[in-house]
Amino acid sequence: MLIELKDVTHVYEQQQVMALDNIDLTIDKNEFIGLVGHTGSGKSTLVQLFNGLINPSEGEVYVEGTKINAEKINLKDIRRKIGLVFQYPEHQLFEETVYEDIAFGPKNLNLSKEKIDKRVKEAMELVDLDFKEFNERSPFNLSGGQQRRVAIAGVLAMGPEVLILDEPSAGLDPKGRERLTELLYYLHQNYDMTIILISHRMEEIARLANRVIVLDDGKIVMDDHPRKIFSQRKKLQKLGLDLPEITLVLNKLRNRGLKVRTDLFKISEAKNEILTELRSKKNVN
Amino acid sequence: MSLIEVKNVNFSYNEMNKPALKNINMNVDKGDFVAVIGANGSGKSTLAKLLNVLLKPDKGEVFIDGLSTSNKKNTWDIRQEVGMVFQNPDNQLVASMVEDDIAFGPENLGIPSAEIRKRVDHALELVEMKGYQKHAPHKLSGGQKQRVAIAGVIAMEPVCIVLDEPTAMLDPQGREEVMDTIFNLNKNKNITIVHITHFMEEIIYADKILVMSQGEIVKKGAPREIFHDIEELEKIDLAVPEVVKLANELRKSGVNIPEVLSIDELVNSLC
Repeated sequence: MLIELKDVTHVYEQQQVMALDNIDLTIDKNEFIGLVGHTGSGKSTLVQLFNGLINPSEGEVYVEGTKINAEKINLKDIRRKIGLVFQYPEHQLFEETVYEDIAFGPKNLNLSKEKIDKRVKEAMELVDLDFKEFNERSPFNLSGGQQRRVAIAGVLAMGPEVLILDEPSAGLDPKGRERLTELLYYLHQNYDMTIILISHRMEEIARLANRVIVLDDGKIVMDDHPRKIFSQRKKLQKLGLDLPEITLVLNKLRNRGLKVRTDLFKISEAKNEILTELRSKKNVN
Repeated sequence: MSLIEVKNVNFSYNEMNKPALKNINMNVDKGDFVAVIGANGSGKSTLAKLLNVLLKPDKGEVFIDGLSTSNKKNTWDIRQEVGMVFQNPDNQLVASMVEDDIAFGPENLGIPSAEIRKRVDHALELVEMKGYQKHAPHKLSGGQKQRVAIAGVIAMEPVCIVLDEPTAMLDPQGREEVMDTIFNLNKNKNITIVHITHFMEEIIYADKILVMSQGEIVKKGAPREIFHDIEELEKIDLAVPEVVKLANELRKSGVNIPEVLSIDELVNSLC
């Protein structure tokens, strides 16, 4: 297994808040995990444990079998392996050019100039920023959506095996969200990346993740396949969450007596399901 | 005369760059609920900032209740009439107690303390946060923080509230709380709302939608008119609510349903 947490509890002493309460969790290579829960449920704290940004008050964190909340651990290696894209990562852009900003991480890895160059180009291509058009530009004169992509490229240029993203689509326009969804799918499929996605958008989680973990009040309260998670509407609502819009339509149709499946998330799937049911009804009548 | 009148407005952040707003004309009547949508960088936030004199137009004029924002003398009157709520609730709350935060604006106006007390309590009631007077803002949920921010604006007794992506950082429940609050203020208190958002499903009940692209208003209309042309919206990096798309796909496949905007409308038209 890739990441393992044993009996992890975390308390923010200053605010006297128990952010995580006795968490046991294992994450395997190449999983795509959707992490959901209302604000303050502990999601951001949890992912910061994965690469040693914070140490748990109690319990143990292992990455590939190595305990990382121990002394004399080289966290640099861990952080290269596990990339974390924070909320509003564009607020952390600081270099004069897009190129320099993306190259900042790889430069610290003591790579040759050619290798750094290659990594920057590849990362920019992944996030769909044309190298020639953008590499010399100041990150501060880009649109919000472009800045977000520069920030993500900076993490990708480190060549991470695990990519954690905390609300990466917040504030993006619909097209920007769609692009991001495609990028994450591509990285998972073609780069064998393990991806952990925090999002309040159930549509994103349902369509991308193959495992959904729900946090509430610092505890893992659900951990299952998305189809299982999103077939429990009442439980989700109690947790301050809801279904993807399309799934909600199917749910309401079923309550009205239309015998449709309710564990579908895509527009095309829902369309076919509704069409099939409407046609079979017609034939019976 | 409309409450908000924007006339032939241009705005650039820097003479060298291309303008952030080009030839903007719009009117908002008192009591309207107007939504503004547009891709990142299309000029939405710039437009919002022009409405309460955080920015002034390079060319053209913005009138609030007949007062031009270009005239310095009007600045404070206009800011009292038009309140702003931003995306990140953490950047807007300054005090260590909810009631102090809400009292901050009225205190600056020199309003007597008994009146402030009344306004604070009333504002909290309107955003359904009664009883939270003594709470610490940083311990509230995202939706609660945002409602406190709205209460702070209400305590100024504005005619209009401009909200710039107030739900972008909230969880589903927080979003619903904030949207319910905004609709309630509009319907029951007749407060004019200008709501900027990327959530297309939030604006299906707006009176009017303005669509922005590259610094210009490219379309104005009721939600049904705006969401009618899916391809046109997608061309400018926008989308229609998913349920509208599903309805459209069903219609293309021969299902006889009218144009719908909401989940319930679609469900009702199917069975």
